[in-house]
Amino acid sequence: MKSAVITFPGSNCDRDMHVALNKFGFKNKMVWHNDNELPKSDLVVLPGGFSYGDYLRCGSMASKSKIMQSVINFAKSGGLVMGICNGFQILVESGLVPGVLLRNRYLEFICKNVFVKIDNKDNPYFKNLDKEVFELHIAHNEGNYFCTNDQLKEIQDNNQVAIYYCNDNGKTEEKFNPNGSLNNIAGIFNKKKNVLGMMPHPERMIDESLSGEDGSIFFKNLLNNIK
Amino acid sequence: MKVNEQIAIDHGLKKEEYKKICDLLKRVPNLTELGIFSAMWNEHCSYKSSRLHLKKLPTSGKKVIQGPGENAGVIDIEDGDAIVFKIESHNHPSFIEPYQGAATGVGGIMRDVFTMGARPIANLNSIHFGSSQHKKTKNLLRGVVHGIGGYGNCMGVPTIAGQTSFDSSYNGNILVNAMTLGLVKKNKIFYSKAAGLNKPVIYVGSKTGRDGIHGASMASASFDEKIEEKKPTVQVGDPFTEKLLLEACLELMAGDSIIAIQDMGAAGLTSSSIEMASKGNLGIELNLNKVPCRESKMTPYEIMLSESQERMLIVLENGKEDIAKKIFDKWDLDFAIIGKTTNSKNIELFYNEKQVASIPINTLVENSPMYDRKWKKTKLPKKNLIKKEEFKKFKIKEVLNKILSNPNVCSKEWIWQQYDHTVMGDTIQKPGGDSGVVRVHGTDKAVAATVDSSAIYCWAHPLTGGKQVVCESWRNLISVGATPIAITNCLNFGSPEKEENMGEFVECVQGIGEACEYLKFPVVSGNVSFYNQTKEIGIKPTPSIGGVGLIKNYKQMITMDFKEINNLVLIIGKTEGHLDQSLFSRNILNEKNGPPPEINLFNEKNNGETILQLIKSNLVRSAHDVSIGGIITAVSKMCIKGNKGIEFNKPKYFISEIEYLFCEDQGRYVIEIDPKNLKKVISILNKNSVHFDELGKIIDKNMIINQKTKVTIDELKSYNTNWLSNYMN
Repeated sequence: MKSAVITFPGSNCDRDMHVALNKFGFKNKMVWHNDNELPKSDLVVLPGGFSYGDYLRCGSMASKSKIMQSVINFAKSGGLVMGICNGFQILVESGLVPGVLLRNRYLEFICKNVFVKIDNKDNPYFKNLDKEVFELHIAHNEGNYFCTNDQLKEIQDNNQVAIYYCNDNGKTEEKFNPNGSLNNIAGIFNKKKNVLGMMPHPERMIDESLSGEDGSIFFKNLLNNIK
Repeated sequence: MKVNEQIAIDHGLKKEEYKKICDLLKRVPNLTELGIFSAMWNEHCSYKSSRLHLKKLPTSGKKVIQGPGENAGVIDIEDGDAIVFKIESHNHPSFIEPYQGAATGVGGIMRDVFTMGARPIANLNSIHFGSSQHKKTKNLLRGVVHGIGGYGNCMGVPTIAGQTSFDSSYNGNILVNAMTLGLVKKNKIFYSKAAGLNKPVIYVGSKTGRDGIHGASMASASFDEKIEEKKPTVQVGDPFTEKLLLEACLELMAGDSIIAIQDMGAAGLTSSSIEMASKGNLGIELNLNKVPCRESKMTPYEIMLSESQERMLIVLENGKEDIAKKIFDKWDLDFAIIGKTTNSKNIELFYNEKQVASIPINTLVENSPMYDRKWKKTKLPKKNLIKKEEFKKFKIKEVLNKILSNPNVCSKEWIWQQYDHTVMGDTIQKPGGDSGVVRVHGTDKAVAATVDSSAIYCWAHPLTGGKQVVCESWRNLISVGATPIAITNCLNFGSPEKEENMGEFVECVQGIGEACEYLKFPVVSGNVSFYNQTKEIGIKPTPSIGGVGLIKNYKQMITMDFKEINNLVLIIGKTEGHLDQSLFSRNILNEKNGPPPEINLFNEKNNGETILQLIKSNLVRSAHDVSIGGIITAVSKMCIKGNKGIEFNKPKYFISEIEYLFCEDQGRYVIEIDPKNLKKVISILNKNSVHFDELGKIIDKNMIINQKTKVTIDELKSYNTNWLSNYMN
């Protein structure tokens, strides 16, 4: 399976994502933001980081960079596009998934392990996962998901919420919400569910010596689903 | 403007220094030249008060590739890999403008490391604030933490460890020391020594602005009530540009275009151009009209003294200009050929086709002032006579609560949760342990790093304190299973012009030197920060030591959390009951006098090496060194992290329980072992003549100290974890 990770100026999880994808059997290519064309890929990833310094709204500059037009076309034709952290912010800014990401509730960067609930499995990313509660890692300053009531209704009607923050038992109560996200939303799909944006970093949890191994489950499953 | 003595004094130079400049030049300098002298001769750049003493530190060893004198030190970690590392202070700017001061401190130290060709793989920091009651402390702490995070997080370099302390002596002068480790191939290290004539001198990175002019001079003066006026001397950081600069430099370094490279740090274009030429014994000629400027009409004086961040100066091989330019264009960075190397041995500056400065480089470097400042020795204070009957009135549980929630002991999670500590995917020991540990990407090796300081001990007796802080660093590396290799030091002191403060410096350095020599733990880089004082009051002497060690197989790394119920807990090293200058003495008894605990270097070395031997034989399940707060504090942290309890054995000493639990005797470690290995462990300890006691046994949820005293793990957690977040929110 072929994947492509886009490097924007200021991306800093691009290498980590490259390492993770290769580890679980993807043949990954790094793609420069200034390129026009995506290489032939089964999966395109927008990695974490601070694209263009995030000096404007996070992700807004990157959403206008050259390569994004082909990423948008790829997504519209049904290709799998996944944005992690800053990648999620770029997806939001380019309109590929609904909503916005505000600054965290307490106005502080948060780097820690969190539990998330994944019960929305009718999609190429989470299909066949045999558990619901995962321990993943977050590291962001602007991960506070927000959208209008109308958007929220549409999102819920279309079953677009991909991931919720929760506790180790899968309870999605407000007190397990690390950043103030609306309804504990940690990740979201587009309508067709080929585009996934999420704040947690599965690529940071891919072996037992790191913060945990739940990222491995995610990648292995993803590869099997795409095959 | 014609230069005179008063203008020189306004530049921070002394009368006699100005006279020396005129003598060396055999004329009166112009303003640009005076600015250059003041930048090169200030304390921060010239080390004029410290050089004499720093020379005595041990700086070489089998693993040392590069000692002090370069942008950073370099050590060998085998297989062709090397670690580049250094610590540096950014104290004065951080007090004036905490966010930018701290941010640019982090940016500056990372630049020092990647200038040498290394990709930064870990950041650490040592930050010290005034009393928690002081009105400025909260805002300064918040600003500094946001600044460190803001810069390091954006760069994508994990912040893996640090130290935070509070003491009223920092009320008017906080300390912010930032450390970076980088990874490089041994045969791809870049240095700052220029070579060859007529080689192009290249300017890359951000444009030059009017920010930070005279920053280094500001860092070489004390504060008074006018500090707010100094805000314009603080640089403004742009981590995004630095990230681009890092990637662009590493891309260029993969080839063979670079002869020498130097970042523009303190004293900007002045010190970077002069240092490269000086090391190569060459001259350098710069056309200041070619320097990319952010603002129009900047004068040569401003261009030379600006401390705008994220800039580098490179001496290239002839004919490589196009290759280099292409790379910097790709990363949208400025690139300009601004001069060349010459054989004049002068720095010659041109502006609008006129020569605006010409100074022999040796007058700026070799002839810079060096002072043998007067200093006063600190006598070892007399021991306090403590009436042991008094101890009976203390309830251990209450004392433990106070100690674990003390600002200098409590959990600093509120801080390090704001630092990205997992980016790069190799952090295998997060902040909160004895050392931070990152894997050497793609190998079985890992590098451990720690940063430590013990201002209280250094203040009570600088010689002992200097030794202690090196030993603390050594122990923190050993506790995670790393073989200590070398240190970097950041020496934060008051005014060298005061005999007491100079004495603290001299004796701390002596202590550091003795410990480093004995432990074969050389100093490979560092910096000195004097004038950390407001008006007449200096800070407590605070040398920060950054230690680095190697773990050959990262799977053998040790953490401090208790692992398994029924395992045995041993205390390695002798407990003799030294309470003077301990947290207990100072905070519970309110006794601030007395000597710090004694350092026995033989025991330090022997105990540490024996622990490493046990770890390498897979006999240790968890380990933690004993430092402030004594045995009970160390054990509490192991309980909290492992979510397990302990039942203490009755101590077999003739000292009171309070002394046993809270004393701060040195050279000690707590280790957890499997009971089936007890015999093996004891035989190794005995063979090496290492003193040990059986401290207790790991149990479920409680810490049982004696029949009367029982503390639950939840209580321990609440004592330890709440103070800082409550304070900040």
